[in-house]
Amino acid sequence: MSYEAVIGLEIHSELKTNTKIFCGCATTFGAEHNTHVCPVCLGLPGVLPVLNKRVLEFAIKAGLALNCHINGFSKFDRKNYYYPDLPKNWQTSQYDLPICEHGYVDIVKSNGEKKRIRITRIHMEEDAGKLVHSGNTIKDSDTSNVDYNRTGVPLIEIVSEPDMSTPEEARLYMEKVKSILQYIDVSNCKMEEGNLRADLNVSIRPRGTDTLGTRTEMKNINSFKAVEEALTYEIERQEEVVEDGGHVVQETRTWDPERGITLSMRTKENANDYRYMPEPDLVPIITTDEEIEAFRKSLPELPDARQARLENEFGLSSYDAGVITSSRQMAEYFDAVVAAGADAKLAANWIMGDLSKNLNAENMSITDSPVEPERLGQMIGLISKGTISSKIAKKVFEEMWKCPDSPEKIVQDKGLVQITDTKAIEEIVDKVIASSQKIVDDYKGGNKKAIGALVGQVMKQSKGKANPQLVNQLLAQKLG
Amino acid sequence: MKVTKKDLETVALLSRLSIPAEKEEQYTQQLSAILDYIDNLSTVNTDEIQPIAHVLPISNVFRDDVVKESLDRDLALSNAPLKDEGYFKVPKILEG
Repeated sequence: MSYEAVIGLEIHSELKTNTKIFCGCATTFGAEHNTHVCPVCLGLPGVLPVLNKRVLEFAIKAGLALNCHINGFSKFDRKNYYYPDLPKNWQTSQYDLPICEHGYVDIVKSNGEKKRIRITRIHMEEDAGKLVHSGNTIKDSDTSNVDYNRTGVPLIEIVSEPDMSTPEEARLYMEKVKSILQYIDVSNCKMEEGNLRADLNVSIRPRGTDTLGTRTEMKNINSFKAVEEALTYEIERQEEVVEDGGHVVQETRTWDPERGITLSMRTKENANDYRYMPEPDLVPIITTDEEIEAFRKSLPELPDARQARLENEFGLSSYDAGVITSSRQMAEYFDAVVAAGADAKLAANWIMGDLSKNLNAENMSITDSPVEPERLGQMIGLISKGTISSKIAKKVFEEMWKCPDSPEKIVQDKGLVQITDTKAIEEIVDKVIASSQKIVDDYKGGNKKAIGALVGQVMKQSKGKANPQLVNQLLAQKLG
Repeated sequence: MKVTKKDLETVALLSRLSIPAEKEEQYTQQLSAILDYIDNLSTVNTDEIQPIAHVLPISNVFRDDVVKESLDRDLALSNAPLKDEGYFKVPKILEG
């Protein structure tokens, strides 16, 4: 039988605030353990939490950017459970009146198909602390150590509808959400620091039916690769269970990236009774339509709009515009290259090509690129003017990567100026024709493609400096 | 509302309480009686009453996103039953 998966994601994103959600402790990552704690976030008796205004602002902005309705009346609730990373024995979260509801994002799959993923809700909540186990795993640890620095760091939880049916769709959805959160600058989204992570819910059903199977959940997945791999494995596992006549058990499973498998956590299933109750220590939040509209006006241009602009204004392909606008930093780099006078299509090619290749090789972010957008723009200008060929430009680019000189200076110092002097090129062309009788005969015999081999030889003898268009022209002329 | 022995066990587990066997019958009856009493509320006509989210008529109490000094770590840990080099130390979490 053929199956399809039903996938829903809960994405947790730490917000980029200076202080925690309900107290003035700093949120800085990597601080010495238990130094960013106070009576409020330690849950000592008698303390009074007060909502950080910026958390509300960021949550509303995220909701608007993700096409949500903002609830004018919202409140906090206590989600009760016992776990040592939670000193109060409840997590302050939102239950029936979350700040945002009913949003969506659109994704474009690799086959070009567009799909809308609906967002059920976004709520504000506090993060939990960090456990350091004495053994290798939680199960073989007799004791664990707790660091409460992260307790109370503000989170938004973005809950999707189960609208995704492949691991690819889940990854694209999460990439899109990350990109949007970065555009509106409410989260650092550093996945390696855990400030963007997802709980994956997945079940399977016979293709073409609309029943819902029993789902399993994998918590705290913090890379796009792991999202795709964990779901791929889990879907196959569930298919095997069902094909063998068994039943999928509703449970939480962990993803082991080393072994590429998911494992049952074997927790007691009656534990999921959170006994939500209104948080009496925090008062309701009322947001007026005017305030919501003011937040909406404050949003920057978002990825979809920016992509459309690059397509319309510069004639970039949908794919190129999609890649360039996938991160705000890259989109801004692109704008700066174009502002420095570069042709937009060439700029896109260089950013997606040599620049991205070098950045990836050195594991660098585009904002730290040793080649600044201004210099890349100038270099592309030299290509457009015909001063250098695209091939020579690659050499210039590598030089710019290593030193801060301007592209003009590099071209002059290294003698890389393109030979556009017809006479000089003609000499080389003549020499090549004379010494390549076989290819010449081939060309004259009707194999027009053979000219490529001759162009290649001329370019080689000119050390790449001959203007390729001129070489082509001259060869075609001479071979008649 | 009739509370069963199973309800009692569930509530005890969720609250991390252990109930001595000889008290089970007594607690079950007491919980039933409490819930029956609370149930009087359902006889009140609430058609014209707006739900409330908080007992006080207050909303929008915020603080600015400004860092305040945290507790000294030794002080933060001073009430912890177990500690280990600046960490709160807790007993085994999951049975293997």
